[in-house]
Amino acid sequence: MADLRTDFAGIESPNPFWLASAPPTDKYYNVERAFRAGWGGVVWKTVGEPIVNVTSRYGAVEHNGSRMAGFTNIELISDRPIEVNLREVKQIKREWPDRALVVSLMVPCDEESWKAILADVEDTGADGIELNFGCPHGMSERGMGSAVGQVPDYVEMVTAWCKKHTRMPVIVKLTPNITDIRYPARAARKGNADAVSLINTLASVIGVDLDTMAPLPLVNGKGTHGGYCGPAVKPVALRMVGDLARDPECRGMGISGIGGISTWRDAAEFLSIGADNVQVCTAAMHRGFKIVEDMIDGLSNWMDEKGYRTLSDFQGAAVRNYVEWGELDMNYEIVARIDQDLCIGCGLCHVTCEDTSHQSIAALRVDGERRYEVIDEECVGCNLCMYVCPVDGCIAMEPVDNGKPYTVWADDPRNPANRPQAAE
Amino acid sequence: MTGENALSAQPDIAAGRLSQAEYARNFDDIKPPLTPQQAPIDASRCYFCYDAPCIEACPTGIDIPSFIRKIATDNVRGAAMDILGANIFGGACARVCPVEELCEEACVRTAQEGKPVNIGLLQRYATDRFFERGEQPFERAAPTGKRIAVVGGGPAGMSCAHGLARLGHEVTVYEARPKAGGLNEYGIAAYKVIDDFAQRELDFILSVGGITLELNKALGADISLAGLRRDYDAVFLATGQADVKALEVEGQALKGVRPAIDYIAELRQAGDLAALPVGRRVVVIGGGNTAIDIAVQTKRLGAEDVTICYRRGPEEMGATWHEQEVAQTGGVRIKHWVRPVRLHGANGHVNSIELEYTRLDDSGRLDGAGDTTTLPADSVFTAIGQIPIADPVADGAGEPLEMSGGRIVVNDDLETSLSGVFAGGDCIDGLDLTVQAVEDGKVAARSIHRYLTR
Repeated sequence: MADLRTDFAGIESPNPFWLASAPPTDKYYNVERAFRAGWGGVVWKTVGEPIVNVTSRYGAVEHNGSRMAGFTNIELISDRPIEVNLREVKQIKREWPDRALVVSLMVPCDEESWKAILADVEDTGADGIELNFGCPHGMSERGMGSAVGQVPDYVEMVTAWCKKHTRMPVIVKLTPNITDIRYPARAARKGNADAVSLINTLASVIGVDLDTMAPLPLVNGKGTHGGYCGPAVKPVALRMVGDLARDPECRGMGISGIGGISTWRDAAEFLSIGADNVQVCTAAMHRGFKIVEDMIDGLSNWMDEKGYRTLSDFQGAAVRNYVEWGELDMNYEIVARIDQDLCIGCGLCHVTCEDTSHQSIAALRVDGERRYEVIDEECVGCNLCMYVCPVDGCIAMEPVDNGKPYTVWADDPRNPANRPQAAE
Repeated sequence: MTGENALSAQPDIAAGRLSQAEYARNFDDIKPPLTPQQAPIDASRCYFCYDAPCIEACPTGIDIPSFIRKIATDNVRGAAMDILGANIFGGACARVCPVEELCEEACVRTAQEGKPVNIGLLQRYATDRFFERGEQPFERAAPTGKRIAVVGGGPAGMSCAHGLARLGHEVTVYEARPKAGGLNEYGIAAYKVIDDFAQRELDFILSVGGITLELNKALGADISLAGLRRDYDAVFLATGQADVKALEVEGQALKGVRPAIDYIAELRQAGDLAALPVGRRVVVIGGGNTAIDIAVQTKRLGAEDVTICYRRGPEEMGATWHEQEVAQTGGVRIKHWVRPVRLHGANGHVNSIELEYTRLDDSGRLDGAGDTTTLPADSVFTAIGQIPIADPVADGAGEPLEMSGGRIVVNDDLETSLSGVFAGGDCIDGLDLTVQAVEDGKVAARSIHRYLTR
């Protein structure tokens, strides 16, 4: 069986599956249940000066009968006193010494506030701290959370204070609500952060109630923007993790991947594109802590199948293949192939290609039977038909051996910059 | 009691074999409707096919992917209008259509995974929800001053009447029975169309206006085709198949031997099922859906043994595989490869049926094997086919209406050999399905409109 142990920013855990700082990790009771279920680590719900929450607090996007394809919250940080939180942190760490326990923190943006709380956290025996520079709602209006995370200079400054005042590893949690994720990450690096974790939630309005004419979730007839997460945000998170993993200026920092991770496969993708471990929240809020069993088991079985003994055997393996568009091969050609034996005749490949792409799938009737055929000369190999086809394996994209070499756009003769100057 | 004694005993035909709770359960919806939670999930299974095979498989050509998508987006009114615009009996058809041989068989998910989208149930969901609103969505065109007589108040006749009324014509529907609705009211198994749905649907159809119902008016008795041709601008014949084929074997006149459709009609009209007598041992002759309907319903009324006797194998049965399954899982025995040769009785009442085993001869023709078996029977129902009443329009007007094989001959526009006389539904050659009758009515309304406005 594969070895799933991780060492993330100097913090060891039996597996790479941590629960993200959020409602599932806000007290002893939940965290103890999580550890019993098998979670490798927990980032305690953000501790700071207690707040008061409103009701309701969550909203969800349902897609084709699938609940919680996207999820949002308008909760703030912990609503419990700092001392209560830290007392429970200390207790759980003592009882579960082999699990990672990191405390998320958010205090006003001055050195004294940070210095004060760091000493108290250190006293709990926690393995590290995560700086919540990500929360996009409620706290940001108070000058904390993403209000800090959106200003690289602040990120660097607060990170540096923390590194100065504690020996605990410092993880900086990044907000995706910025233009280029590399800037706050590089600032964290300059402040000597041991790691970054990303993404925090996306600022969002999850829906509008058409009866009350107010954004969801409703709080007495009004709504506010919240933080979007869940399966729908995974592609955004993968991209940002990948951007940091390949950024030379971020080299040396650990990366904790967060964003829509629901299965071992999601986790394997995050690890492959550069994350060192992953954090989960929405999936647990949807189905409970038991999901970690399959995450561990599934990842381990997949690694065994692939011959990976440890996570480092494949961690970051996809980073070198994550390139800019300008590095792609302009000469690569594929065309769609329809397996007529598997085709059920739904015609979606035809109508979507006909209406929205390249008119390269013909709709025929052969002896009265519907038959859809690719017109090779018209097919640009876009993949659309393969994705709309409801039958697995019915449409495949087949490489065309055109004998042409790997050529990037800069060297491509079709690039106007490469055209020979007309003789005057 | 020995077998001999059993045969000579009085027939065991009794009412009230079950508790009221059992009747209620046995005659509740055989396919429970979808809930508002289930419907969008079922709807999301539809791929929204291009050139969708289900549409092609529907005799009325309902745009099925379109109405299902509208259910998925909670546009239930739009869904219902897609259905009712193509098929005014969309509610009944959702319940009685043999979808397993029409839209659902054609559904690409059947090819993919043997599990089609629940088109019938989704159609019912949309139409039920729409009818709850009590809205009349159709408008009538400006009055044309033309008057049309429709003979037969079943699906074909009412579909035609509705189409003509919408086009601005005035329609009179002549119905031989005390209620309109045809097979929806008298012929469909009770658990397929529960409560008073058939009449509510009829009320909805009539509420468009311009349609007058003349009940208890039979062609040939109370009205004549010549008279209708004289008094109206056009006539639509939708007389169905009101007669049954006779069982031509010895003992057919014994008491306790009845056409299945008569009993089915009686059951559908019964106010209290507990008052309806049913035999303890029931034998049904036939292999179509009517045979299934009578067998399953008598079983559900409390008959102890119900046997369908069919002269060929399961593949040749007129009943769909789904209907056969309903019978067999409902405790009905289907005995294949037998045919009735004699009915035995005592005191004028049937008490057993003698069956001969059948087989195919070398040339593939059905042949008696010679040996026989006898089943005890308190009642015997014949479900060996219905026929149009022989020449229903022989009214001495001189001009003959062309018939073929007992059916009225029509062209593609459903016009008969008589000018201004159109026909559709089960009285012409076709699928003998409610949904086909509705389509015939729809097509005939357009043809008649063209005929009247040319």
